[in-house]
Amino acid sequence: MSDSYDIIIIGAGVTGCAIARELSRYACKVLVLDKDEDVCCGTSKANSGIVHAGYDAKPGSLKARMNVRGNEMMISLVKELDIPFKQIGSLVVCTDLSLRGGIEELYDRGIANGVPGLRILEAPELRELEPNISDDAVCALYAPTAGIICPFRLNIALAECACQNGVEFLFDTAVTGVEAIPSGFKVITGSSEYNASVVVNAAGCHADEIHNLVSSVKYHITPRRGDYMLLDRSCEGLVNHVIFPQPTSLGKGILVTPTAHGNILIGPTAVDTDNRDEAPVTADGLAKVIEGSAKNVKGIPVKQVITGFSGLRAHEDGGEFILEEVSDCPGFFDCVGIESPGLTACPAVGEYMASLVADKLSLLPKSSWNGICHDVKKPFEMSESERAELISSDPSYGKIICRCETITEGEIIDSIRRPLGARSLDGVKRRTRAGMGRCQGGFCSPRVMEILSRELGVPLDSITKNGGSSKILFGRTKDES
Amino acid sequence: MRADIVVIGGGPAGLAAAISAARFDPSLNVLILERDNELGGILNQCIHNGFGLHTFNEELTGPEYASRFEEQLDGLGINYMLNTMVLNVSSGSVTAVNSNEGVFTVSCGAIVLCMGCRERPRGALNIPGLRPAGVFTAGTAQRLVNIEGYMPGREVVILGSGDIGLIMARRMTLEGAIVKAVCELMPYSGGLKRNIVQCLDDFDIPLILSHTVIDIKGKERVTSVVIAKVDSNSKPIPGTEQEIACDTLLLSCGLIPENELSRAADIKINPATNGPVVNESFETSVPGIFACGNVLHVHDLVDYVSEESSRAGKSAARYVSSSNTSVGAEIRISTGSGVRYTVPSIVRPDELDSDLIIRFRSTGVFKDSYIDVSFNGPKKIHRRKQIITPGEMEQVILKKEDLLNISGDICVAISES
Repeated sequence: MSDSYDIIIIGAGVTGCAIARELSRYACKVLVLDKDEDVCCGTSKANSGIVHAGYDAKPGSLKARMNVRGNEMMISLVKELDIPFKQIGSLVVCTDLSLRGGIEELYDRGIANGVPGLRILEAPELRELEPNISDDAVCALYAPTAGIICPFRLNIALAECACQNGVEFLFDTAVTGVEAIPSGFKVITGSSEYNASVVVNAAGCHADEIHNLVSSVKYHITPRRGDYMLLDRSCEGLVNHVIFPQPTSLGKGILVTPTAHGNILIGPTAVDTDNRDEAPVTADGLAKVIEGSAKNVKGIPVKQVITGFSGLRAHEDGGEFILEEVSDCPGFFDCVGIESPGLTACPAVGEYMASLVADKLSLLPKSSWNGICHDVKKPFEMSESERAELISSDPSYGKIICRCETITEGEIIDSIRRPLGARSLDGVKRRTRAGMGRCQGGFCSPRVMEILSRELGVPLDSITKNGGSSKILFGRTKDES
Repeated sequence: MRADIVVIGGGPAGLAAAISAARFDPSLNVLILERDNELGGILNQCIHNGFGLHTFNEELTGPEYASRFEEQLDGLGINYMLNTMVLNVSSGSVTAVNSNEGVFTVSCGAIVLCMGCRERPRGALNIPGLRPAGVFTAGTAQRLVNIEGYMPGREVVILGSGDIGLIMARRMTLEGAIVKAVCELMPYSGGLKRNIVQCLDDFDIPLILSHTVIDIKGKERVTSVVIAKVDSNSKPIPGTEQEIACDTLLLSCGLIPENELSRAADIKINPATNGPVVNESFETSVPGIFACGNVLHVHDLVDYVSEESSRAGKSAARYVSSSNTSVGAEIRISTGSGVRYTVPSIVRPDELDSDLIIRFRSTGVFKDSYIDVSFNGPKKIHRRKQIITPGEMEQVILKKEDLLNISGDICVAISES
């Protein structure tokens, strides 16, 4: 591998990987660096998994533009990249007649932003659509273009597609310095250095730190933590749309939504913190999630919780996406402050940033580019005859490893062997859902560890939960240590 | 594919049910479907002894206990399929998948549900904190140590004093780990007294009652947990926090019967047990589908699982062999004060072939109390018991002839003296 590139992208979250995929259309050499062991390890892995319609952001803002364009692009992207997605629509629910004006304001904003199909629903129609909506519900803003997506597959698929078109990825590689040099930039990562003509900063909660290495205009990100609770799939049908409360200055509030895989998700809270890397779930947060979600939806079976988690949003003090070439550092491009609706916006951000970079470097399109990328084969989403054929050609697709989500050995092997394949338990989990069900890996994790060990050719006790020093085991029982 | 009886699960319940069905009528074709790569279920990883005191009058390890059943299968002509996961159950039909057959359906005369239970995971306990490596359910850790032969931790805190947690406190200690404490949310242990003595007291491992874990620290691997005392509503009391340095947290906080298949088959579930509602024959609300073992209600002794499952297997065999349908009276068994649930909860006295065994658990700890059973007027049983705890299953036995002419419910209760 040469250490000189046309473009280095810092960060392998949805934003970095969407840019990488778009740039892979051009004849150029691209490297993506990430401090973690895999793609999708920061903000991209712990969020609501919502494709927003686009009525929230201020008209004219980049957030508004990227949201609406991202939502529009998502429809074809999910087909090209085989991403679980359902366009179920969203409802912003007003539970206090005196706040009805807020719903109308959102409607007007949505119209100004170019959001299609918006409608204000009165209580009877709302109740018909959502029988479990709060008795206090007065009306709601209905946005049919909102949807739910698997954020893991979105991120992983963007990366896989970029990879299959020649983009290189390096993991466990934290950027410690960026220096302007005559040919462009020197990107320093501990003991190694990589040169590039252009650097794209998509470093999520660390994007301000990366930016501040090269610019005299300083940015500041406040990580905003949000706690969530994920409920068992037996709760499916509780709500049929993404249910939001009316937004506040801290965000879109605590939502209740089905997930792309049929669970119910409630959350998030919004708590500003100074820790960019750790997002502990708090008892207080979980209590607020329960309380907040109950305001809009009645009878939420919170005892059916299968896991709680917490994510960090990269909130820049200005509250707007910063998507531009840094004014005092030509050739260095920022994607800073990518908080919600960042997941929705990522295809649009990818398109936009790639066009800026392509112009800068006068890049030419490749003669051949493959934008299609298939997910791990899922025998239990196939027709009977397809499944029978798959199992007879590869019997490992008939051996269930994860009982709760019905995930086979074949799927786990594929998740490890494919480009940018899984190297940890969490990597397998995000690619296949093994361990994501109601027993949370109690039964399957020892088996997934065995498969990882066998496929990667490493000892069982070197398998990690998510890279670094997150090893699961401490050697053999009878070893002297 | 066709079988007279399909037994779902080849653990202790499934083995006993299959054997007893085949014994009752050797002409029946009995098929066990097991999702793991061997029979025996959780017994395979229970390498400690203490199994079989009631059944065989000797102390066996888990694998020894299982092998006593497994070695009978061939002689009885019982078939089994391993690495086979059942996907769907309905009256007279079982759909499953494995590598050889792909997805296949077995039509059958009767089904015995023996899927066992799973452990309540961290996520379902709402334990705050980070999500590093080093948080395991006790049973997963037991598998890693006893089957895989690896150490999941060196300095361990255990939350929950269920039997698996107690057993693992001893196991980890014997393997050289330091078990710093076992914390229990309730003011009493959920495990058997003998396990508290043999697994904690004998190794000087403290059992800290009325405490829970309120924080897990460590970004990549657990570095410590914070425990706190809880009040009578199980809420942590501010100011009582203690941080314990450790690399591992084991959870033994309850077992959940695995009834996803049962629910999908519209089998009525008892919310107190999370298992099917069954009658004296262990038949569920769907005719021809029977349930026994930990999928029915969580047991503390495998001997009782075997005994109960033998009766369920026999009932299933009788169901397939005879064309008679019951027309006798159905009597409800209700839970009085102090009783959380009973199994069975319905009895048809005409269908009993011997005495009725009612198993139950208490709602709390009772000292110097009475177990009362009443029907048709005055108490039929009023038995003194020194101590009754939720961790130890209780039973009462009623004679068939006493039940033949009763009206109204049978009520099981605990009264304090």
